Amino acid sequence: MYPTKYHKAASIDDAVAALNAGEDAKLLAGGQTLIAAMKQHLAAPSDLIDVRAIDGMSGVSADGDTLVIGAATTHAEVAGNADVQRLCPALAALAGGIGDPAVRYAGTIGGSIANNDPSADYPAGLLALGATIVTNTREIAADDFFEGLFTTALEDGEIITSVRVNAPKRAAYIKFRQPASLFALVGVFVADGAGGVRVAVTGAGEDGVFRHAGLEEALSADWASSAADSVSVDSDGLLSDIHGSAAYRANLIKVLTKRAVEAS
Amino acid sequence: MTNIKMTVNGKSVSGEVPDETLLSEFLRENLRLTGTHVGCDTSQCGACVVHVNGKALKACTTLAASLEGAEVTTIEGLANGGELHPMQQAFNDNHGLQCGFCTPGMIMTSVDMVNRYKAEGKELTEEAIRDELEGNICRCTGYHNIVKSVEDAAAKM
Repeated sequence: MYPTKYHKAASIDDAVAALNAGEDAKLLAGGQTLIAAMKQHLAAPSDLIDVRAIDGMSGVSADGDTLVIGAATTHAEVAGNADVQRLCPALAALAGGIGDPAVRYAGTIGGSIANNDPSADYPAGLLALGATIVTNTREIAADDFFEGLFTTALEDGEIITSVRVNAPKRAAYIKFRQPASLFALVGVFVADGAGGVRVAVTGAGEDGVFRHAGLEEALSADWASSAADSVSVDSDGLLSDIHGSAAYRANLIKVLTKRAVEAS
Repeated sequence: MTNIKMTVNGKSVSGEVPDETLLSEFLRENLRLTGTHVGCDTSQCGACVVHVNGKALKACTTLAASLEGAEVTTIEGLANGGELHPMQQAFNDNHGLQCGFCTPGMIMTSVDMVNRYKAEGKELTEEAIRDELEGNICRCTGYHNIVKSVEDAAAKM
């Protein structure tokens, strides 16, 4: 790895100051993507600002039907949290299926969505659940947050502090793993909640996670796996690579949507 | 450079290291605890898994500087004097290794796995073991004897 300077931020203000002071400073949480990228020389931040020790950055609280998940809460903590399991078991299952056990002990929800990897699981979950991303300066709807490949609405000096999710009536996430990396070749999160039926797809879009209007319309009319049969899923704008063509991914979107509805 | 202090295998250790030093580097190069292996450069193989504050982490994807005051256990810290840990003994008894390169990570992951399942009162089935070993790659055994080893040790831990 190229040299870097490590800071353990004691507060949000401290983290913001260090972010602004560094030439190319980056926030660090679990590091399961960032440190791996640094080892490959794909990232060389001048400074790493560790946000995990900031008060209130990790842990889950429930207020009625609303979950508030601290940005530095690990995947293992989300997967094992009784409130998440009670109010949104699909989200607990999603967290419990990310990476491997060692990754889940370290990786965090805030880190995952700030990175917005086009194959990451959390973006699909938060988009389908209509989550709110809370930062040190504002609240951002998931619909506005995920902007494209590794791109989010976050501005310089902006730090995710928590994620707010309302319990859906029913929801499920199913992913088809790319057999070597075990990342989602395609993952579909279906949710029927206060904001209506939402279907979010990860792993497939050229611009990262996206919602599928046709599937949402069909499932709004009839929450049954057969409702997806008549929906056409276009392969335009879908990723095509050695692991699967765009047409293959388009078919998977439909198949996984049906499986997710059955599992919900 | 950061001056770090942590507890490794019950002993207090310290060192002045560059901030980008990985825990795997600190363990192997500063402390000469070479039982923690580094099998890949991509955070995928799991040979470097150690326990940090009771949780199995990839030492190659953890900055040493972030672990001030942490309690670290490596494969060298598992045995009780001359008596092997039940997981180590089970890998021995069930021929759970051939070349042995992945074994330290396999064992550290497996100890964490068994402890976690016991704490949560969940049944550790063969399927669960295979799923839990997703982050540990072995190129020799085909995993069958590793799974048998974990099943054997789980009954004794």
